[in-house]
Amino acid sequence: MNITLELNGKSVEVDVPARTTLADCIRHHLMQTGTHVGCEHGVCGACTVIVNGEAVRSCLMLAVQAEGSKVTTVEGLTPPEGLSPLQKCFREHHALQCGFCTPGFLTTTHALLTREPNATEERIRHVLSGNLCRCTGYIPIIEAVCAARSAYGGQAAAVKATK
Amino acid sequence: MRGALRLRRTGRCGESDKVTSVGEAYVGRPVERIEDLRLLTGKGCYVDDLSIPGMLHAAILRSSVAHGRLVSVDASRALEMPGVCAVITGADIANGLNGAIPRIPMRQEALPELERFEQPVIANGKVRYVGEPIAVVVADDAARAEDALDAIVVDIETLPATGDSAAAERGDALLYEEAGTNCALTLSAVRGNADAAFATAPYTRRERFRVHRHTALPMETRGLLAEWNAISGKLRVLGASKVPFPNRRVLAAHLKLRVEDVEMLEGDTGGAFGVRGEFYPEDFLIPYAAKRIGRPVKWIEDRREHLIATNHAREAECELELACDLDGRILALRGHARTDVGAYLRTNGLTPSRNIAQVSTGPYRIPHVLFSVSAMLTSKTPVGTYRGPGRFETDFFRERLFDLVAADLNIDRVEFRRRNLVREHEIPWALPVVHPFGGETSTDSGNYEAALDRCLGEFDWIGKAKMNGKLVDGRYHGVGIGCYIEGGASGPRESARLVLETDGTVSVYTGSSSVGQGLETVLTQIAADALGMPMSCIRGVFHGSTTGVKEGFGSYSSRSVVMGGSAVVGTAKKLLAEVKDAAARHFGCEREQIGITGTHVVGPGEKVLTIAEFARNYGPFSAEDSFSSNKRTYSYGTHAAHVAVDPRTGEIEVIDYVAVEDVGRIINPHTLHGQTLGAIVQGLGGVLLEHLVYSEDGQLLTGSLADYLMPSATEFPSIRVFALEDYPSPNNPLGAKGAGEGGIIPVGGVIANAVAAALRPLGVEPRELPLSPPRIWQLIKEQA
Amino acid sequence: MKLPNFEYVAPSTPAEVVKVLAENRGGAKIIAGGQSLLPTMAFRLAQPSILVDVRKLQGLDTIVIDSAGVLLGARTRWCDIESNAQLAKAHPLLVEAIRHVAHYQVRNRGTVGGSLAHADPASEMPCIAATCEAELRVLGPSGERRIKAADFFQGPLTTALAEDELILDVRLPVWPAARRWAFGEFARRPGDFALAGIAVFYDVDGEQRARNAHIGVAGACYYSRRLPETERALNGQRVDSEIARAVAAVAEQEADPTGDFHASAEYRKALVATLLERALVAAASRSA
Repeated sequence: MNITLELNGKSVEVDVPARTTLADCIRHHLMQTGTHVGCEHGVCGACTVIVNGEAVRSCLMLAVQAEGSKVTTVEGLTPPEGLSPLQKCFREHHALQCGFCTPGFLTTTHALLTREPNATEERIRHVLSGNLCRCTGYIPIIEAVCAARSAYGGQAAAVKATK
Repeated sequence: MRGALRLRRTGRCGESDKVTSVGEAYVGRPVERIEDLRLLTGKGCYVDDLSIPGMLHAAILRSSVAHGRLVSVDASRALEMPGVCAVITGADIANGLNGAIPRIPMRQEALPELERFEQPVIANGKVRYVGEPIAVVVADDAARAEDALDAIVVDIETLPATGDSAAAERGDALLYEEAGTNCALTLSAVRGNADAAFATAPYTRRERFRVHRHTALPMETRGLLAEWNAISGKLRVLGASKVPFPNRRVLAAHLKLRVEDVEMLEGDTGGAFGVRGEFYPEDFLIPYAAKRIGRPVKWIEDRREHLIATNHAREAECELELACDLDGRILALRGHARTDVGAYLRTNGLTPSRNIAQVSTGPYRIPHVLFSVSAMLTSKTPVGTYRGPGRFETDFFRERLFDLVAADLNIDRVEFRRRNLVREHEIPWALPVVHPFGGETSTDSGNYEAALDRCLGEFDWIGKAKMNGKLVDGRYHGVGIGCYIEGGASGPRESARLVLETDGTVSVYTGSSSVGQGLETVLTQIAADALGMPMSCIRGVFHGSTTGVKEGFGSYSSRSVVMGGSAVVGTAKKLLAEVKDAAARHFGCEREQIGITGTHVVGPGEKVLTIAEFARNYGPFSAEDSFSSNKRTYSYGTHAAHVAVDPRTGEIEVIDYVAVEDVGRIINPHTLHGQTLGAIVQGLGGVLLEHLVYSEDGQLLTGSLADYLMPSATEFPSIRVFALEDYPSPNNPLGAKGAGEGGIIPVGGVIANAVAAALRPLGVEPRELPLSPPRIWQLIKEQA
Repeated sequence: MKLPNFEYVAPSTPAEVVKVLAENRGGAKIIAGGQSLLPTMAFRLAQPSILVDVRKLQGLDTIVIDSAGVLLGARTRWCDIESNAQLAKAHPLLVEAIRHVAHYQVRNRGTVGGSLAHADPASEMPCIAATCEAELRVLGPSGERRIKAADFFQGPLTTALAEDELILDVRLPVWPAARRWAFGEFARRPGDFALAGIAVFYDVDGEQRARNAHIGVAGACYYSRRLPETERALNGQRVDSEIARAVAAVAEQEADPTGDFHASAEYRKALVATLLERALVAAASRSA
């Protein structure tokens, strides 16, 4: 199937079998390997990308279903030099260790904070409950996301102390 | 910066000049991680991100039968399917290697009499667990390889499965007929004369406990990309992790290649926790396929496969007894445990069993010990080490028993522990010896009582203990506490190679593996301080790959900082000596007249060059060295938890969790905190959520992440960790102790004891994990 | 876990969808959000020969609130329900139940029609449909028909929808503002399938007695359905904590959960009782 879509701001065209998931299309046909595949059955969230402004599990979407859509992956969230404010917050708060789940957290968080820059800590936790991490224990991730709110126009109120 | 950081040195290290040679510009600081720059931007390099032109994809046909005789494998229909290049069976492998299907040797606790239980690289005559590899399909893409699996016709004569340790002991069905038993080995930890102590003890108590099967579940599944170069005669394997050097030796031997002709390359790894990186059947099958077919072959494990193919862990049941005097001083510990090790003994399949016995005493003074562990073979996926292997189990057994005993003796459970903790002046304190393996180990330094007191304070034990057994808003509240030791830094040695390149930067090569723990950053800090150079001058830390150093051992048992880091320290000294020697020659003076600052090489008179200039003119310079030690390090600490239990649903909420740990020396407080937090959450998941459930006939019922439940961001929001470095280890120049596993070790006992305290009014005493809502509800119902 | 092979079509009209379904009797499967279908295909438990994607169909994704109640187009997504400000007043029980569905990413794709057709007894939407006596409008080769929720759900993952029929929309009856209601669910983690869930509503007469009680179960039932005996026990009562406990005891007997290795039937029945008791107390304290 011939598919045209916009990936990270650039128009791309691919020809893939109908059964190709958006995740595999992005990784192996469009050669953007920042998006990771952790389970292929829609539980872990590592494959999360942003489609038309909404976070989706790219392993639960056929590539053909993204025809004509605007897709953003972690590569699209990265500035030409250095790190974005969100990425910087993750680094400052040590919100990643092995890094495998991290792109999925970044895309989910970006989608959330773009729409809800004042999301509460509880809301953030609840939204991120769809992304599994095995290394960090989550607390540093929540702290990083709360701190990143100000970069999206929200208020970076301090996370209730768990230190 | 997190936690309380106390940099006071007690001066207990044996060789003080080694300690002070490592400066403190970076070590001890919460340096932001170097790895993050690529991992945050999608530029990480995990094995499935790699691509080699012409590569093929493999899928593994796995047994869906738990026990049976493998009669025939017919791949003819599969070979006709679109895109399929080859199907490799056991017969092909045996023919290709002169009749014998290789087995995977045990890397730890190996004994000749255990060889018969080693796993063949592909099912050989029998299948012994659901998931055992039977054939390998190689096709032009992964989907087509998977399509072909269904077309392979396998004839298996089903045999009765051995569903659990009890069935294994009864021996109705033998996994290994010639062995005549399903018990692979019984080992025992011995000290003094426990039987005599029990015979005369004023008080004894015996209990049974059980820990369930669960495991590591890293977010990245396993994978390999193997490439055979027929011209150079070299095999290259990408996706190596944890122990690439030992694995290289095994693979080379099986393929009848020279070790130097096999390269294991390590990139980024999505977590290991002990289960990734050991030598599995696929670690032979995929390189074998690449060599046979003459094209690169990639295999990426899928998650369903991962749950039945990657090492399981933790399942153990135990009868444990304690003998005490009436003041609560422990006289003896006696126990017998059965571990469910699955259908084969894998590379470190006995390590958990061994640790259950050896670390049964934890940080406590127990003069007489007799603890035997029988490793039972069952029709399940084989086990290996998972973070704190055997230690999690044994600490649950012991700490749970402590609370029951303290209650019997009417002694406060904190006081009971305090009375029995080994004191500072008694350390080094020897752990029991484990037969038949032998070998001695002693805790190296510490003050267990200080950690206990710190934990009591930070947790507000006195305040919170008032809640024990109280019903508030329909939930019962309780607190629990536990003390532990963590054995790290296993020997015998680790290597490093440092190269001062001609542009003045330094490359660091290490035999240690990065599994996500921040190794690159930590070793950069150590190298920079040891060289007295800025971190920005360290070009990179090249880890794990067999191309970097001559000999490596890897990352397991929390050894990378101590062993890998100490090797870097020693090698840095050697490199500086090389540079000084060269400077002395070129400046025409004595070596003692040369000084190396962070940026310059300084000789007598006006002879000054920047390091970059010096290296450009006279370099490069290289030094390779290793650090040897057979003395382990022992971090330690105390955890406490406050839980609330809803008796109607059985649901447990962890309201507050406090961990205090002393790790000897903190290299990077950020990465340390991350390790401990992650380990605690894995422990809480293990206690409350995770469970690998088997049917009686050996089918894994929890076959997806919708069934195997892992913690998410909502379950455990309140965890506080305090790291201390009051008691460095005298066993290495850094004074550091391995600290990656401590966080998980005491969690089982702490939570179970808190739940017991909460449900005391209902008379509920949990003795088995997991503490899932249905199980708690059932316990409450049974008591009513 | 790569998907098995299939043909793929994305028709532009409901009639075309029905045509493809009819021509491939049994072999064709509709894909909407794919959040339930694709995982089953990844495990190769389902291997349809043709996937018929409804993404190009116009107009099946609207929410209409009028005097007849709430009309949800089959392609309405969970996030659409969440973001519709009027719905919170127009049908608070629906909105509250949908809050529990899966996770953020799934809610951007999963649809009302998909969930109803899939008919997982643990899902929230079938539970709400059954509890509220919803009516589905479906299109088949011989035209449209309406199916009442009570007739629609027939077994676990089994409905009255024929292999060649497409769900167009579902109507929930109008919701009086003074209604008492509650929704409660017990899952191991947020977003997991409910081990048990309860949806309850009732109206009150002039003397605060419950009437027109509707109680539906999720997760602890053979298929999505109401508990008529329990409803009879509730009707005519003034709800307080004692009545709540007594009615909950009836529910514990009436519920017919299937046990599995996650939770026994007995435990699920006890959960039903606990959830209903707590829900009734919450409903009673909810003033108009």
